[in-house]
Amino acid sequence: MNDGARATLQLELATLRPTRLALHLVGLLLAFTAVAPLFWMVSMSFKGANDIFGVNLVPDHPTLGNFLYVFTQVDFFRYLWNTFFVAASVTIVALFFHSMAGYALARLRFPGRDAIFLAMFATFLISQPVIIVPLFILARALHMLDSYAGLIVPSIFNAFGIFLLRQFYLAVPRELEEAAVIDGAGYFRVYWSIILPLSRPILSALAILFFLANWNSFLWPLTITSDQKLWMVQVAIASFRQQYNASWNYIMAASTVVALPTVVMFVIFQKRIIESIKTSGIK
Amino acid sequence: MVNDALRSDASAIPAARKAAGFRLSNRQREWIAGYLFVAPDALGLLIFVGAPMLLSLSLGFFSVSGFGAYSFVGLANYRRMLADPLFWQSLRVTVLYIVMLVPALYASGLGLALLIQADTRFNGFVRTLLFMPQTVSLVVVALVWQVLLIDKIGVLNRFTSAVGLGSVSWLGDPHFALIAVVVVSIWFLMGFYMLIFLGGLQDIPKEYYEAAKIDGAGPVASFYLITLPLLRPTSFFVLLVSTVTAVCGSQTFDLVYVMTRGGPANTTSLAIFYVYQQAFLFNEYGYAAAMASVLVVVLMLITVLLFMLTRGGRFTYE
Repeated sequence: MNDGARATLQLELATLRPTRLALHLVGLLLAFTAVAPLFWMVSMSFKGANDIFGVNLVPDHPTLGNFLYVFTQVDFFRYLWNTFFVAASVTIVALFFHSMAGYALARLRFPGRDAIFLAMFATFLISQPVIIVPLFILARALHMLDSYAGLIVPSIFNAFGIFLLRQFYLAVPRELEEAAVIDGAGYFRVYWSIILPLSRPILSALAILFFLANWNSFLWPLTITSDQKLWMVQVAIASFRQQYNASWNYIMAASTVVALPTVVMFVIFQKRIIESIKTSGIK
Repeated sequence: MVNDALRSDASAIPAARKAAGFRLSNRQREWIAGYLFVAPDALGLLIFVGAPMLLSLSLGFFSVSGFGAYSFVGLANYRRMLADPLFWQSLRVTVLYIVMLVPALYASGLGLALLIQADTRFNGFVRTLLFMPQTVSLVVVALVWQVLLIDKIGVLNRFTSAVGLGSVSWLGDPHFALIAVVVVSIWFLMGFYMLIFLGGLQDIPKEYYEAAKIDGAGPVASFYLITLPLLRPTSFFVLLVSTVTAVCGSQTFDLVYVMTRGGPANTTSLAIFYVYQQAFLFNEYGYAAAMASVLVVVLMLITVLLFMLTRGGRFTYE
């Protein structure tokens, strides 16, 4: 690079700096606007009933009373446990089923494979809200109302997970399994001791996404549970809202408890979550 | 349950082999393994997604009582739909919601992605914060925004009155309620589309921009000449997914159910919410299914239309 070119480059950098600084500021401002409502939620959960609508973000007299009330007056631990149990069960079963299906659809040759894949893919755009009425009628016919099975089983199946895993297995080198097949391993052995360990990164990303989605799901649990003992947290806090109409300090404390696990999970696993979403867009 | 499924699969393969006296060829073994591996998901999707899809198309021709007694009523539910002003209202609200939400998500997703596309630590931090609303449940989102938007004493109204804009009953005024629902939806969803656009931007080779710069193209020109055309597949994906989300994403139910219950004056009664109301509050399952079947058809039409508008959109899965 000659001196002239270096000089123009420096000039360029110098003029760029204010714009870059401005862009940084805009980014920072937008980012804080995005999380501000969550800060308010936490702030209000520590405020007393009287100063909950104060505009100060830091409470004047912070109190844990709201949290104590939520955990002592209602069976909140039970709702949290129900939610954890359902979300974890759906996640574990779904990962096994989807990885098995994804492996077979990507690697094994059998008649009708492509037709099966297409049929599965046709359900890709159909979300639970659209089929909520027939799904409820089906669950009722199968005696799944007010049961853990009803909460868990219908949430396991979705084409998104199968699709992503199939894509992943298509890219895995064939030599790895062929060596095992020659050694006389059955297909299940290949799946269990070669395919599953290989797919640990994508499975952990999917595990987080599935767990978050099921922890946060509302419509289905609301529709099929009327027994309070089976309530999931989202149903519980929505009905809080009706029960403690204006007691926003309690409602915000409960909301903070419900939001905390997913936000913490996101912060811990954010790299993985962000990468998996970034690559899920179709190119 | 997991273990059972695995065990039956594991034992089924050798069992099948034994039954045939080891006469199965390798090819047949592969077939059997393939079917067994696919079976749990294929059956599950068939029962819990496929069957409800088909059921929703046929259920509309029946009247279903709260106790599950069916009687065939022909086109009665569909005729009732055409004469039901609240059905038309819910369609109107849904169209308005799509028209506001989809362009807003496209613009905010692309804008944010462009703003923070450089892979720096600072941008990583901003990206994390922008995506964070997505991880919070919609019920919590709805509750928090409801408090923030409360008449007169809510934080937002405190701020607007402080700067002399006066106080607005965001969720109580028919003029503003739908806009409030749209804004909350954007706030919740934009992080996802930002990430999809970031993925798309990453795939554009840097050389194109350098070449354009040498040719004297400014940032605006290179945006229109390079970024937008090369983002077409990503754009198609974003428009498709955001439209489907606007019609039937979980926010269409969760936000409305918690924040407004379809009010005031049915101005936020999105179609998904109206279907739910008819089915589970008024026990009109047949009528609700008839309306949902229209949604299924509309969804398919949207997909086809978008596909044609983007001239195929190179929507490939391989």
